[in-house]
Amino acid sequence: MENKDKQEVLIDIQNLELIYGTKKNSVLALDNIDLQIKRGEFLCVLGPSGCGKSTLLKIIAGFIKPTNGNCLMQGKFITGPDWHRGVVFQSPTLYPWMSIKDNVEFGPKMRGIPEKEIENIREHFMEQVNLKGFEDKFTFELSGGMKQRVALARVLANYPQVILMDEPLGALDALTRFNMQRLIREIWKENNSTILLITHDVDEALSLGTRIVVMSKRPGKILKEFNVDFTNIIFDNGSKHVLYSENYFQVKNEILDLINSQIEE
Amino acid sequence: MDTKNNKKDIKFKINKKEPDKSNENISEDKKKRDKTENRLTVATWVVILGVWYIVTKLELFSTTLVPSPYKVWTTFLGILKDGYNGVPLFIHLGTSFERLFIALGFAIVTAIPMGLLSGYSRKVKAIIDSIVEFYRPLPPLAYYTLLILWFGIDNTSKVILLYLAAFAPIYIACVSAVNKINVDYILSAKSLGANQKKIFFKIVLPACLPEIFTGIRTAVGVAYTTLVSAEMVAATSGIGWMVLDASNFLKSNVIVVGILIMGFTGILIDFGLRYLEKRIVFWKGHL
Repeated sequence: MENKDKQEVLIDIQNLELIYGTKKNSVLALDNIDLQIKRGEFLCVLGPSGCGKSTLLKIIAGFIKPTNGNCLMQGKFITGPDWHRGVVFQSPTLYPWMSIKDNVEFGPKMRGIPEKEIENIREHFMEQVNLKGFEDKFTFELSGGMKQRVALARVLANYPQVILMDEPLGALDALTRFNMQRLIREIWKENNSTILLITHDVDEALSLGTRIVVMSKRPGKILKEFNVDFTNIIFDNGSKHVLYSENYFQVKNEILDLINSQIEE
Repeated sequence: MDTKNNKKDIKFKINKKEPDKSNENISEDKKKRDKTENRLTVATWVVILGVWYIVTKLELFSTTLVPSPYKVWTTFLGILKDGYNGVPLFIHLGTSFERLFIALGFAIVTAIPMGLLSGYSRKVKAIIDSIVEFYRPLPPLAYYTLLILWFGIDNTSKVILLYLAAFAPIYIACVSAVNKINVDYILSAKSLGANQKKIFFKIVLPACLPEIFTGIRTAVGVAYTTLVSAEMVAATSGIGWMVLDASNFLKSNVIVVGILIMGFTGILIDFGLRYLEKRIVFWKGHL
């Protein structure tokens, strides 16, 4: 059953190309991208800065339309943003005029879910991100890590098919980042979510992803894919720490070599 | 399982303690700064009053030109008691404020939607913006005469003059507020399932509120300065008219009283607006 689930393709990107700007000053940002996201996957996209990995996420989210090629979700063209694809931004876009509670409830409220159900959803996810008791606070009363946890709960509250994360931990300090990685892994496991995570941190990708895609420098192409399983091993170990094994460093070095070859050229 | 919980506890402590502490320090520093600033403000006014007193005491100028503080005070009490020109002071203030607040009300109700729309749509902006940019720098007195010809000599033309003065700052604030909205706010709202209408009322409008408030405060200031011009023609009451009438008869003590009353009421109105701002856009600065 689980195996069958994992086979289902949620997002299907075919031959994608994106050109920024007009004819004279056009920049080829993404070139010939073919990528599939399957249900239950934790896909990490790595690449040098400016390679267009965020642009790729924006296309999947529906914020940008591709110049050429197709981007489908469950067989249908993605025409704009919708709640089946939740987005966690690099800097949390929480609304400061709403309490934490209202921020988390925003998605279900917009979709007209019954009040009682919204309350249950909110309680569940506030607990999942360890923020019980903070319902009536305002966003500016929280630390960076807490804000990102609220942003995560806000996206989860919609039960999206795919969660897109654009370097969500990039602005956090190392200790908070480590705890957040563990939290994201636990949530992914517990909810059977499908996650696409953009990151520039190789260790983050290795300790979270089930599949890692490495992109080239501009124009962004997919250089190589790695299937890894460290996240499951870490989870089974009690999520306490990253498991550094021979194999881990082998993959890490290969990825680093790949990325460095892009920067040096 | 135990270690897991422990870790969570540690995380909470780290997250909670630091910002609290720094906040305390900041607010203490701020209190100190506020104190010295308040002292400086008070000192400035004590000096101004002192110079005024000395100048009049030494009779450097004729009292018709520079009335003494004492004379101004007694004039104020007189006006408070008997009114000016047979009309009580509260009626003067009342008619002025009626004109001012009707104009402001209309300006707020019309300028906010028009400004937000202009910020939203370049086409709407192309229509409204040029008109606003054209009349905004005009001295109000220049077109006031036309307004009187068109709308009659009584209250309507005065209110319209004040309305035009108040409209521009609010409108301009709204346009710039919309253009400054964090795009990610709107994108994330769309990704969470909000439709256009909900995005406007739940995201765009609140995100613009801080700047709208600044615009309203500027508008009150501009409208208030226009008030005297509006009451120059065919008025028989109003605080601006009182000052103009007094100047015709060289009653400089009444002029000073009028100016002081206008100054204080202006500060009071702004104080009220700032209070409202604090309550409504309590999150200002955290956008």
